[in-house]
Amino acid sequence: MTTRIVELRRGILKKNDELAAGLRDRYTAAGVLVLNLVSSPGTGKTAFLEWTLRELKARGARVAALVGDLETDNDARRLAASGAPVRQINTHGICHLDAEMIGSHLEGWELGDLDYLFIENVGNLVCPSSYDLGEKIRVALLSVTEGEDKPLKYPTMFNSADAAVITKMDIAEPCGFDRPEALKNINQIRPGIRIFETSAKTGAGMDAWVDYLVEERARRS
Amino acid sequence: MHELSIVSSIVDTVTDSVAAYPGARVKEVRLRVGALASVVEESLQFCYGIATEDTPLAGSVLVVQTVPVILHCIPCGQDVELDSLQNFCCPRCNAPSNDLRQGRELEIDSIEIEEDE
Repeated sequence: MTTRIVELRRGILKKNDELAAGLRDRYTAAGVLVLNLVSSPGTGKTAFLEWTLRELKARGARVAALVGDLETDNDARRLAASGAPVRQINTHGICHLDAEMIGSHLEGWELGDLDYLFIENVGNLVCPSSYDLGEKIRVALLSVTEGEDKPLKYPTMFNSADAAVITKMDIAEPCGFDRPEALKNINQIRPGIRIFETSAKTGAGMDAWVDYLVEERARRS
Repeated sequence: MHELSIVSSIVDTVTDSVAAYPGARVKEVRLRVGALASVVEESLQFCYGIATEDTPLAGSVLVVQTVPVILHCIPCGQDVELDSLQNFCCPRCNAPSNDLRQGRELEIDSIEIEEDE
């Protein structure tokens, strides 16, 4: 009987990483800016995205969205009201989207006909952080009702984000939201990150967000 | 709770790798997991026992080595180990840093197998 050590040094999510790299190449070749929106359940990703899709369309941009949920196509139906092509991904119990799900749900869409593609991830601040979807920009959202220390509790997600959005600013005051504390905490986890303070109800802060998208697309294409 | 997906990937990778050693039994699977990898060892261990049943990994031990977060600090001009996951700054000079050099690893480092002579 002999024992032997076999060195593998293999990424556990290598398959996802390879698929994501392939998607990233396709997005770049097509000139579409792809964003992955992550947050807890109930932060308001869908309302935020409804406004974003409407506003970008009003500015003449070609937009589409993929939306992940464990069950139901409620969010896809809400987003489709913007007139943008939208597809629902039901994960049936899986707590995150992965690159394979994105690839299969893009079938039949001509990426070259799009300027922006939004992926609304499953509401979860833990698992989606490990799964690259090939996105250029990962956006972590946090609502004023969730507590200013959320970034400290979920450092992996906030540290991996390229932009942060605070939602529901219209109810910040009645919620006793401590704005300086929230901004400080986000900056402690991801120093210097762009932060947008928004309300998808009143539209406050949404222009700055959409301007950012337009600038990022121009910069990266 | 994506630990089950992670363990399933481990089972697939290790099963493929030991195919090159016919008759070998897997004794140990060693992982390197970054402090920022969002993976809980207890959940991994819990899923491991279930997911390895009836596979070449059945009965093997999962060993998890946690890898600390290393940042590059520009003012200090060197790589430094992060003190707290709640504050991404240099523990020496307090300069904030986004330059992550280590800490997101999620990989199978090696496996220990047993073969008949």
